[in-house]
Amino acid sequence: MTDGERLEHLLRSALVPLDPPERLTDRVERTLSELTEAAAVELTDLDPAAMRDPRNWARPAAAAVVGTLAGGALVVVRARQRQRKRQGSSLKSLERAVRDAAGDVERRFRG
Amino acid sequence: MEEVADKQRLDRDFTDLYRAHLRDVYSYAYYRIGNHHDAEDLTEQTFLQAYRHFARAQRESNGRPLRPWLIRIAHNLAANYYRDRSRRPLTQLEDAAVLTAPHDTETLVEGREQVKEVLEGVSKLPDDRREALIMRFALGMDNREIATALDRSEGATKVLIHRAIKQLEQRLGEEDDD
Repeated sequence: MTDGERLEHLLRSALVPLDPPERLTDRVERTLSELTEAAAVELTDLDPAAMRDPRNWARPAAAAVVGTLAGGALVVVRARQRQRKRQGSSLKSLERAVRDAAGDVERRFRG
Repeated sequence: MEEVADKQRLDRDFTDLYRAHLRDVYSYAYYRIGNHHDAEDLTEQTFLQAYRHFARAQRESNGRPLRPWLIRIAHNLAANYYRDRSRRPLTQLEDAAVLTAPHDTETLVEGREQVKEVLEGVSKLPDDRREALIMRFALGMDNREIATALDRSEGATKVLIHRAIKQLEQRLGEEDDD
């Protein structure tokens, strides 16, 4: 083995990949979940009058599914599932989903 | 609803990226910063920033792997870390990593001191050379990936790694002479 090869071997032994501690994975996943929940909380700030304009539907709909990331914001996913089952106009369904998601978020924060 | 489906796909892809590269980002952060506490902060900040810019990065990547982009975020944050806090890398990494890292028996018997010397030597290299070695040996990145992460050409990256190894070799040789 040449000196260069020996040094590269030593570098591989020294710079081993490190497993992140469990507290870090918990922390990062919690932070990412909070981010997605923050997107869901945006739903509570929506003006119902503005929701009558279809051009405003994309934002809450997008916020409602942000929660799929890292297993977070399950409340929003539940709201979407309920929304699919409902009959009636798109506007009424969306308004109900917004109200439900907002209620879920509030209950989670209180609980 | 197309926008909603796009967002779902994006979140799934980001989760995959996170799971695939958490170890890479943490290893990079630890060897770059030199202590576990700040390495954890840096890792978290890297993924937060990546999440914010993920859609654009994915769009512009044209299907290429995103690991170099992720490591570049960590690289920039690490540079800010030193600039903002007027810190320098620790001359010696916390012993915990050296002692708990999964070295094989042969290494444990004959090489622990050498491993420590190498780590100390790496920590004393100029920033760009140290980073290139961390990316190559701790993360197993090839020249192209390292070049993207450091915003250099592949040729310049090859030279950088070569010089880093030569400088380290020289430094360790000098210490042996002492």
